[in-house]
Amino acid sequence: MVELTLPKNSKVKAGKTWPKPDGATNLREYRVYRWSPDDGENPHVDTYYVDMDDCGPMVLDALLYIKNNIDPTLTLRRSCREGICGSCAMNIDGSNTLACTKGMDEISGPVRVYPLPHMPVVKDLVPDLTVPYAQLSSIEPWLQTVSPEPAKEWKQSHEDRQKLDGLYECILCFCCQTSCPSYWWNGEKYLGPAVLLQAYRWLIDSRDEMTGERLDNLEDPFRLYRCHTIMNCTQACPKGLNPAKAIAEIKKMMVERRV
Amino acid sequence: MSDMRTPLRRVRGLGAAREGTGHFWFVRVSGVALLFLSLFAIGVVFALSGKSYEQARAVLAQPVITIGLLLFVVLSAEHMRQGILDSIHDYFHGDLLKVVIVMLNTLFCLLVGAACVFALLRISFGG
Repeated sequence: MVELTLPKNSKVKAGKTWPKPDGATNLREYRVYRWSPDDGENPHVDTYYVDMDDCGPMVLDALLYIKNNIDPTLTLRRSCREGICGSCAMNIDGSNTLACTKGMDEISGPVRVYPLPHMPVVKDLVPDLTVPYAQLSSIEPWLQTVSPEPAKEWKQSHEDRQKLDGLYECILCFCCQTSCPSYWWNGEKYLGPAVLLQAYRWLIDSRDEMTGERLDNLEDPFRLYRCHTIMNCTQACPKGLNPAKAIAEIKKMMVERRV
Repeated sequence: MSDMRTPLRRVRGLGAAREGTGHFWFVRVSGVALLFLSLFAIGVVFALSGKSYEQARAVLAQPVITIGLLLFVVLSAEHMRQGILDSIHDYFHGDLLKVVIVMLNTLFCLLVGAACVFALLRISFGG
C-alpha cells in the first residue's frame, strides 16, 4: 500500500535558528531542510538569515552565502550557476525548480528549501538519483541504427530536426520526475516524465531505426501507463518543456501501431 | 538484508509486459460510448417518471431501450473494472494484498454487471 505519511525516522523536526549576520539590515529568512546520515537524528529545518546587501539575487546565491558565511556543513549540488547543468534542482517554496534560476524576488515570506521530493536523501539538499539515472540508461538514449553507417553523417531534414525542439533541451534535472505523484507511488516501475520525454526524443528522431523495439520496451502498464496526465511535470519544468505532451505522443504512437 | 541488485537490474525488473495499450484504448473508447449511453439512460429514467409500474415495464421491454440499457450496464461495469484496476496499480504494492484486491474488484464488477443484465432481461422478457 502506498505510504501517505513519512516513516518515523524521516519526520521533519524544528531545527536551529542561526544568528543573524553582524550589522546586516537587509535580511531574508531561509528555512532549509537538513539531514545527515552520520548523526542518527531525524531531519530538521534550520533557519538562517541572509544579508541581501552582500548576496546575489538567486536562491542559489543565498544558499552559497549560507554555506560560505554561516554554516559550511550545508550540503548541496551546484555546478554551472546558469540553468544548464541541472545540478541544483531542489524544492523551493513548494515547487521543484533550479536554485540558480529561481529569483528570491519571486517568493514572498521566508524561503523554504527542501530536497527533491520522495527521493532518498544523501545529505541535506542532495537527493539520491541512482534510480532515475538507471531508468534513463534502460531506454538506451542514443541513436540506434541497422543500416550500414554512412561515410559522413546520418542526414536529417530541417522538418525532422524541428521535431526534436522542446525535447533535446532537457537538462535531466529531474524536477519533473520528482514532482509526479505517479512516480512517487511507483518510482521503480514507472519510468517517469523525464525519462519518457527522453524516450520520445529518440522515438521521434527520423534517423533512429529502433522505433518498434523502443515502443515494445515501453509498452507496459507501469513503465508508461502510470501517467494519468496530472501535469505536475509540465508545471515544474524549469526549462519550460512539456513532458506530459511527450508522454501523450508516445501513447498515440502505441495506439497508432495497433488501431 | 540490504538490496545488492544493481540499479539497472532494479528498474529493468521483469521486463516490459508488452501490453497496456489495449486497456488504455478500451477506457477511452468506452468513455466516449458511455457519454452517449449515459445520456440515453438518463433520458429513459426521465421518460419513466410519472408512469405506472405496468407502463414502466412496457417501456423498458421495448427492444431498442433494452439493448441500449444492456450496452450501458455492461460497458459501465467493464469500464468501472478497468478504471478501478488503474487505481489499484497506482496505490497497492503488496503482492498478496494486491492480488486479493484485483480479484475482489473483478468479482464485484462482474456481480454488478450480471445483476443489472438479469434485471433488464427479466423485465424485457417478462416473468
